[in-house]
Amino acid sequence: MHIMEGFLPWQWCVFWYLVSAPFIIYGIYLLNRQVKEHRETLSLLAVSGAFIFLLSSLKMPSPVVGSCSHPTGTGLSVVLFGPIITAILSLIVLIFQALFLAHGGITTLGANVFSMGIAGPLLGYAVYRLGKALNLNIFVNIFLVTAVADLFTYVITAIELAAAFPATHGGFMISFETFFAIYAVTQVPLAILEGVLIALVFKYIIQSRSDILVKLRVLTQEQATKILEGFA
Amino acid sequence: MKFRFLVKYKLEIIFAVVIVIFAAVFLIQNAHIQATAKPGEETWQGSDDMGSAAIEATGYTPWISPIWTPPSTEVESLLFSIQAGLGAFVIGYFFGFYRGKRESPKSV
Repeated sequence: MHIMEGFLPWQWCVFWYLVSAPFIIYGIYLLNRQVKEHRETLSLLAVSGAFIFLLSSLKMPSPVVGSCSHPTGTGLSVVLFGPIITAILSLIVLIFQALFLAHGGITTLGANVFSMGIAGPLLGYAVYRLGKALNLNIFVNIFLVTAVADLFTYVITAIELAAAFPATHGGFMISFETFFAIYAVTQVPLAILEGVLIALVFKYIIQSRSDILVKLRVLTQEQATKILEGFA
Repeated sequence: MKFRFLVKYKLEIIFAVVIVIFAAVFLIQNAHIQATAKPGEETWQGSDDMGSAAIEATGYTPWISPIWTPPSTEVESLLFSIQAGLGAFVIGYFFGFYRGKRESPKSV
């Protein structure tokens, strides 16, 4: 999903910076408030950020098409802290990768943070709320949230590139098909794997700190107790 | 009670099964790709690099290059490993901390 340094015309760099800026500003405000008012959630915030760090560094082969890509790791943070705070955590990772790894770029940071930190997590969060409303099993829900946030990030990257580089013949749609094939199709197996992993990690979080999950309103006390008994 | 184990560790079991399927599909696909690849053709490329290549194929040239680029793929993989290591360290630290807190006797 990383658009490399210089691989977007400058007008599009500016455009995506402007689109992402309000989310980032609001995210910094929310993150500050979270840390100040709910200090006890800080450790899970660090763990959520660490999962983005860890998973987004793993370039994995995608068996369907024979290319490599990486998960985004944003699912856990979306469920625990919501999509806006996730945008800030993603931003930190993307800056790290742009500066030290020449992976992604500073000019393309706006576009990259929009796909990985904002659009993917927002859709993931919508899935999460829908799952809650439908009373879906929490582990199934987390699997879906994580997989959707991951996959949609790559769909957005394809849209961003298709908009910037429409094909001479056929325009946006033809170009979108090309980038969709490169980014999104590759991503399907990785999104599934990531979803299963984060669902498993969530079990350990319930076992470790169900009190914080109750405080973050991810689970009610009764739900947490019931799940813990199930695994006892 | 015989199946208690399966219930208790069902998520771990699902994860293990998914990993095994993933690895198996990878091996089969890899054998197929290696058999049909032309000599010298690069296989299992990064999708990010393929995306960049597709952009360059339209005749576009990047207008700015990164301030610093890892000088070799070895150095690049070192830096990616450091990134993964940092993440794993924080995760391990807090899960260990939680566990220690849970299991240590309350009245000391």
